[in-house]
Amino acid sequence: MKQLHPQFGFNTLAVHAGTAPDPATGARSFPIYQTTSYVFDDADHAASLFNLQAPGFIYSRLTNPTVAALEEKLATLEGGRGGTVTSSGQAAETLALFPLMAPGMEVIVANKLYGGTINLMGKSYQKFGWNAIFVDSENPEAFRQAVTKKTRAIFIESLANPGGVVVDIESIAKVANEAGVPLVVDNTMATPFLCQPMEWGADLVVHSTTKFLSGQGNAVGGVVIDSGKFTWLENSKFPSLSTPSPEYNGLTFAETFGDLAFTMYSHAISLRDLGCSQSPMNAWITLNGIETLPLRVERHCSNGLTVAKFLEKHPSVEWVSHAGLESSPYYKLGKKYMPDGTGSVFTFGVKGGYESGLKMLESVELFSHVANIGDTRSLILHPASTTHRQLTEEQRIAAGSGPEVIRLSIGIECAEDIIADLDQALRSLG
Amino acid sequence: MPGFTYLDHNSYSDSYILQILRNVQNIAMVGASATWNRPSNFAMKYLLQKGFQVIPVNPSAVGKKICGETVFPDLTSLPGSVDMVDIYRPAQEAPQLVEESIEIGAKVFWMQLGIRSNEAAQIAEKAGLQVVMDRCPKIEFSRLFGELGWNGINTGVISNRRQRI
Repeated sequence: MKQLHPQFGFNTLAVHAGTAPDPATGARSFPIYQTTSYVFDDADHAASLFNLQAPGFIYSRLTNPTVAALEEKLATLEGGRGGTVTSSGQAAETLALFPLMAPGMEVIVANKLYGGTINLMGKSYQKFGWNAIFVDSENPEAFRQAVTKKTRAIFIESLANPGGVVVDIESIAKVANEAGVPLVVDNTMATPFLCQPMEWGADLVVHSTTKFLSGQGNAVGGVVIDSGKFTWLENSKFPSLSTPSPEYNGLTFAETFGDLAFTMYSHAISLRDLGCSQSPMNAWITLNGIETLPLRVERHCSNGLTVAKFLEKHPSVEWVSHAGLESSPYYKLGKKYMPDGTGSVFTFGVKGGYESGLKMLESVELFSHVANIGDTRSLILHPASTTHRQLTEEQRIAAGSGPEVIRLSIGIECAEDIIADLDQALRSLG
Repeated sequence: MPGFTYLDHNSYSDSYILQILRNVQNIAMVGASATWNRPSNFAMKYLLQKGFQVIPVNPSAVGKKICGETVFPDLTSLPGSVDMVDIYRPAQEAPQLVEESIEIGAKVFWMQLGIRSNEAAQIAEKAGLQVVMDRCPKIEFSRLFGELGWNGINTGVISNRRQRI
């Protein structure tokens, strides 16, 4: 793992980064700054803030102290220069691409993704004139072949939803680098505790913080983290960052803010205009969640692998897709990119197809049937009838969500209790 | 100079930068721009607000005022000594500017974000000056005194103390 701080290790940073005692009161638990706006000292101070000449708070759609603490914590844990927290993971994807894309431009996208992302990029982005070019996640060469003069970004998931697929980040980063565009990696399923995509060449990392980061299924949120390493001024592909912004009096973000440019732009323009900022309350819940991220993810991983091994031997199970199993085609990539574990979200195929899948959901007694992952509770879902329902059959199969597929998100309960519940549900299929 | 070791200018400790920013009171800013939306003007305005005395040096702006301060044509025409010289000029001008900084008794020679000159650094360090290169004093001040995190920036600061700005 990359060294994130000259003095402190990951677990220490998960607790302390971004959350020094409150400067105003000394409060040790970071306060919830539940306010929309902030008084200016005087007219000149207000002007300095609006001109971006001085750091400070104007309005909570742009910046808020509790949200900023979360941004700094997440940027630290990913080894990034800065972070921008958003109202959801979906919003984070749009915010990551907003400074890069323009009508007619293209983003090359892995085909194994969360179903909601496939919809967002494949359909909704067409309304902006942004073209998503889907390519085989498993073939870095396919990414290279898809590069055109209009390419502005490459988007992948490190550990792909619904599960078990590890993507070759380093090889795809090389393609992005040669194309002169940023690589955006969704690291939701792995978390920075298991994988830090920037170590392998990612320029931007996005998360749904709703999942393992907040950790208890109680706060929707997202984040974009910038490595600060992409040289926006080196080519003319990214005028948002490399040419003067009229609304900020001709200021050029990449020139004035150097490696802070993307993060400054994301607050001063993207959040200002798109308005997808996170509430201070959700940011506070997520800050607290991240303090225990290392402990939880260790348990999630050990429980996840134990359950996957159990299922692999079960007579009612056709197959199990978990990158921690030696039978998995992604086992080697998993060892490289996520040596401490490949998460606790994975899929398996139940014998009997679609009908058996639905029956299984109705037979579990401990697992919760919900459209979420990364909760302390064990969760179960049939992607074909829910999260991936709005895709075509072809897209569903490409995304690993065929009719027989069940997705599990293994929680931090006792592994034997989780196994007993799955066993009784599988036996009920007859 | 036998046994003389130069500072590693690829990474500075937070305490090195902090100690400079705490001890400096007067800063000569070479290349300060009279155009209000240039980066050097941003930095000058910010440092003035934080209580530093900043003296703009810019031969093409003599006769004007920048952020309300009188502009001088070069370092050697400053009326008194300064603690720090902060340059917004190309790296090839840095060695000459170091010589002038030594002449006027500056204790710190600071080169802006994007400006690196090992030659200038070695001349300055041999003369006993402290050197910072490829950094912005505005960003460093706001990073180390807790303001930069307000914009979601990773400051690298881990602290169990209440920050006083």
